[in-house]
Amino acid sequence: MIADVIAVVLLLAVTAYACAGGTDYGAGFWDLTAGGTERGARPRWLIDHAMAPVWEVNNVWLVFVFVIMWTGFPTLFQTVFSAMWLPLALAAIGLVLRGAGFALRKPLRRIAGRRLYGAVFAIASLLTPFFLGAAVGGIASGRAVPGTEASAHAWSNPTSVLFGLIAIVATAFLGAVFLAGDAARFGAPDLVGYFRRRALGSVVALAVLAAVMLTVTRSDAPHVWHGLTHGLGLGLVILAGVCSVATGWLLLRGSGAWARVTAVGVVAAAIIAWGAAQRPDLIPTSLTVAEGAGAPGSLRWTGLVTLVAAVLVCPAVAFLYWLDTHGELEPLSDTDLRRTEPARDDPTEHN
Amino acid sequence: MHTTVTLLADAPAQLLPARQLMAFTLATHIILVPLGVALPLITLVMHHRGLRRNDPVALLLARRWSAVMAVQFAVGVVTGTVLSFEFGLLWPGLMGTWGGVFGIGFGVEAWAFFLEAVLIAIYLYGWRRLKPRTHFLLGLPLPAAALLGAFGILAANSWMNTPQGFTLGADGKPEDVHIWSAIFTPMFGPQYWHFVVAMLITAGYTVAGVYAVGWLRGRRDRYHRLGFTVPFTLAAVFTPVQFVLGDSIARSVFHKQPVKFAATELVWRTDTHVPEYIFGRLHPDGSISGGIKIPQFDSILAGFTPGTKVTGLTSVPADDRPTATQATIAHWAFDLMVVIGSLLILLALWYGWCRLRRRRLPTSPWFFRGAACAGVASVIAVECGWITAEVGRQPWIVYGHMRIAEAVTPTRSTSLWIMLGLVIVVYVFIFGSLLAVLLKMRTGWRLADARRAGERTEEPEADTPYGPRSRVPAGDPPSGGGTGAGPAEDGRP
Repeated sequence: MIADVIAVVLLLAVTAYACAGGTDYGAGFWDLTAGGTERGARPRWLIDHAMAPVWEVNNVWLVFVFVIMWTGFPTLFQTVFSAMWLPLALAAIGLVLRGAGFALRKPLRRIAGRRLYGAVFAIASLLTPFFLGAAVGGIASGRAVPGTEASAHAWSNPTSVLFGLIAIVATAFLGAVFLAGDAARFGAPDLVGYFRRRALGSVVALAVLAAVMLTVTRSDAPHVWHGLTHGLGLGLVILAGVCSVATGWLLLRGSGAWARVTAVGVVAAAIIAWGAAQRPDLIPTSLTVAEGAGAPGSLRWTGLVTLVAAVLVCPAVAFLYWLDTHGELEPLSDTDLRRTEPARDDPTEHN
Repeated sequence: MHTTVTLLADAPAQLLPARQLMAFTLATHIILVPLGVALPLITLVMHHRGLRRNDPVALLLARRWSAVMAVQFAVGVVTGTVLSFEFGLLWPGLMGTWGGVFGIGFGVEAWAFFLEAVLIAIYLYGWRRLKPRTHFLLGLPLPAAALLGAFGILAANSWMNTPQGFTLGADGKPEDVHIWSAIFTPMFGPQYWHFVVAMLITAGYTVAGVYAVGWLRGRRDRYHRLGFTVPFTLAAVFTPVQFVLGDSIARSVFHKQPVKFAATELVWRTDTHVPEYIFGRLHPDGSISGGIKIPQFDSILAGFTPGTKVTGLTSVPADDRPTATQATIAHWAFDLMVVIGSLLILLALWYGWCRLRRRRLPTSPWFFRGAACAGVASVIAVECGWITAEVGRQPWIVYGHMRIAEAVTPTRSTSLWIMLGLVIVVYVFIFGSLLAVLLKMRTGWRLADARRAGERTEEPEADTPYGPRSRVPAGDPPSGGGTGAGPAEDGRP
């Protein structure tokens, strides 16, 4: 019973990471595709502005996912990290490069430096969700069995690759929808249309990939396929579909704020559908929630810590997002950190 | 490293790269931790002073420190995330078996860290738009969140040193977990307070050191004076406290992890009237070469009388204790930490004497030379303390219950070596960039200050410290924005 509750908490944490972190990765995706220094300057400026206050928070969800995994389901953690060694190792490296690339790009002045760090950030934004998605695909297709040693088989298979691609497109979709809203907030109307078009493009791509996935998983991950096409799983899949249609409609109508809600709905419904599809298994066909659960004492405490933390953290995160979306958060610029504004004719101030 | 290679000849091949990788990532992450834990506090103290006394110089310092906090916290976040990956990538056996018992500490840490990330984001980005009082009050819980995060991590680490709170089932797996006693293990208290104070001291000396260098170079304005005194005073006050805490943790190790104590003090055979060695080298046959020998002193330190019996390394079988090389490493790290701590106390006393007796800063350049080095020295001491704790625990990953060799991943050693190489390259790039960015920020500020001093001396800060800043000159890119983004009148496109 308690194990099921913690399993749901784990699934919700994964969902939170996919939505919050995913939006971040998406911003990186659009940074990558924004074009050259000149052409991409404005989208990049928006991406920098929109991501800066929240990306660290979004990153922490992943740590929380791991913590629930190893405290609540140690066997699952051990299995996943043994079997998916390579994609997870690459994802870890991607995360470092991405975070550092983004954080260190801002204080830089020189174009060459910004380009280098920007490229590191953007490419890592593409690779990290792919490898994380591939690892999830390996779990969903039941290829990681307790005792499996690191093998390419576990993550380089049709389902894994498809999950990786879906992860990229889903993050791009979330990123575009959120950036379209941010563009309106930061008073850049040209960018609203720019990101709206990209959001519409990615929702179409997402739909195509989802259709492909349903055909591929039928033979490659039959257990999950069955779950997604029956009962609760099917309901959530339909919800995801409805949400994506609604997002498209809202984007066309130009309602930015509600499009964000439905966009999060698409991704959240899809992930919860995956969770529902493979219940009661942590890893389809080889490890159920009950088998993988840790000691009941730890599970109860994990639940309690989660509860206490939720009481503390949820208002804080909500407050942060509120401040952020109400334009209360602005980075300090160099000017703020000087005793007064710089002399205008000083050449060193201009890149 | 070749000695380590021979030591591990009969261990799984992947053990060596796994340990090197973990050691490398931890050793680098730990450099960022003091600033992560204590810089918010130091900044808030300065911030408070600025608001309370309406002191623009203090506010300027607080803002600049928060800008440093932003970059260093960002890098800390990613190196910290890597560590949580590595628990699974390198030590699946540890997490798979014991995750349910001691993982909860990480749970507390994750949430505390979450809170810290939120609060830091609000604090960093709130300078311009939030009301000064609101902004300060929203920053105020930051040190508490940092303490809570340290609580979680130290709970996990102290559990690995003195594991308890479970019973072993028939299959050798832990059952019947009592989280409360798994968190509050015997080593927890000593480790926690020693750690927290170490972070405070290190951050204080590091920040003060920057201004000590400026002072030595003749920049003796109020800005440098304030930037030096506030963090240095904080660190100096806690340095003697740390001495007491350090003594207490050593005594706890003596009682709770006698073999580790034997390794750090190079005690070969259980005995009374044990001499203390300062440095020196242990050989596999138990002899010690080099170093300074102080007769009876180790027994006196451990139990206050020369008759105190100290457990030696030979009290357990050879494969249950650190090897001679590992003991020597732990011993050297321990001694180095103690030496640095003692020197820092002298520096703190010097400072205290001048401040309390003479009501001024010390005038000797040697004091400022010492202060300039104190930050680096404390970072070295932190590294040494960590080496002592981790190498002294060998060969156990869970003291007395699981060996490191049992916890290691089955992944091929080649993959791990490649990963290690990759991580080193990436980290050199990142830490090099971090350093370059920080130095660049410093240079920029110094240039700005120098220019200001020449222009308008009567008013140190003409710009309002709070609220929307004044117009950005055309050509200066919008804050953090892309270059050439075409800023409009108000600095925003």
